[in-house]
Amino acid sequence: MFSFAVFLESFWPLFWAARYTLLISVLGIGLGLVIGTLICAARLSPYPPLRRFAAIWVSFLRGVPLLVQLLVFYYTLPVIGLDVPPMVAAVVTVGICASAYISEIWRGAIAALPKGQTEAAVAIGMNPRDVWTRVILPQAVTLSLPALINELILLVKASSLVSVVGILELTRASQAQAATTFRPLEVYIAAACIYLLINLCLAALGRYLEHRTAA
Amino acid sequence: MLAASSVEIRKVNKYYGDFQALKDIDLSILPGKVTCLIGPSGSGKSTLLRCINFLEEYDSGEVRIDGQLIGYDAPGKRMPGRKLREMRRSIGMVFQQFNLWPHMTARENVAEGLIRVRGMSKSEAERRAAEALAKVGLADKMANHPSRLSGGQQQRVAIARAIAMEPKLMLFDEPTSALDPELVGEVLNVMKTLAGEGMTMVVVTHEMGFAAHVADQVVFMEKGELVGVDSPDRILHHPEDARIQSFLRTYHERNSF
Repeated sequence: MFSFAVFLESFWPLFWAARYTLLISVLGIGLGLVIGTLICAARLSPYPPLRRFAAIWVSFLRGVPLLVQLLVFYYTLPVIGLDVPPMVAAVVTVGICASAYISEIWRGAIAALPKGQTEAAVAIGMNPRDVWTRVILPQAVTLSLPALINELILLVKASSLVSVVGILELTRASQAQAATTFRPLEVYIAAACIYLLINLCLAALGRYLEHRTAA
Repeated sequence: MLAASSVEIRKVNKYYGDFQALKDIDLSILPGKVTCLIGPSGSGKSTLLRCINFLEEYDSGEVRIDGQLIGYDAPGKRMPGRKLREMRRSIGMVFQQFNLWPHMTARENVAEGLIRVRGMSKSEAERRAAEALAKVGLADKMANHPSRLSGGQQQRVAIARAIAMEPKLMLFDEPTSALDPELVGEVLNVMKTLAGEGMTMVVVTHEMGFAAHVADQVVFMEKGELVGVDSPDRILHHPEDARIQSFLRTYHERNSF
């Protein structure tokens, strides 16, 4: 029934296709970190319009499925005259979607810091920039690492959705291979193993980073 | 000690919504003297202390450090951040919960302000930090993170962090209240040494022994009001006000066995 030879045979081509999965996830979280940090800063800013914008950004992107966001983004751009390669569209959409979650992760971590941490810095006359870069952010990063790694793992799995805009990432590649070999069982088990392998590596990376940053 | 600050508090009021936390407070703190603020919890002692470095914004009245108004340029007109930071540089503060930065070692905690606020080089700041830590008896704990220190040691690092900045005034907000009883003494000893060097100190405390032996004046507060200001002996041993007598009676009952 289950042929180990077929499993191995499909493993390597799929492993190669997984480079897109990894690329989209890593670039997506990178972009998400940049945008998410800005959104979080807007959310915590003293200016009400900025705070409102950030709140709308977060609730909109969390409220619409990534699949729908991808389709909207991919099919809207040509309408407004922008010809964007699928890969770029995928990374940007995944990044924007992740930014909503990441900004909330930051906000939660910052809110969890005792008020006294800031007060101690303010009391010796530290300026606001140093209070943020020396006292708040280093601790917020440590506090939010588990949640950020969690988000990255979710993105790796969610990246299978970008197949709808025609990118031959791991899930799409395994569908194609299952169709040509007529061996869906072996092919999909191989794909599952690759996803698992990637995410176990990411979890290990997370544990390493947590261990390193723990005081 | 090179110089010690004086503090003048005039008609200070502070509201939290409808609740009045401080009512027309008048108080003079003389340079080089130790003032202890005592009274029941919720009486406004900590709020008053925090108004002195403007960590708490008072709504009306004046707080002057060496004659200079803190927090406001003129009544109702906030002082620019830069000017406020300038004033805070010479006011040290020690908190009930220590508030050490957990991601830094003891030495880094002390050196941080010297580097960021005083603009010292890293090596100079570390040398100064080592001196300050030696002064509070923690020369051998410099490389430890706060999580590896006892409560008393953490509070002594916090004191070192404040004195390394060479303040002219030190504020202590219940510095021993979060400590196990056996660790209180080591912190009070460091504070006594500072007082002996002529530092101006304002201390919110429940340690009546410290107030009796170290303070030059004791202030009793209740319900946002300043009830009495006098020598430790007059306030703690011969109080005339019924509210002070009642507070001390409760204190003695709780501490006798």
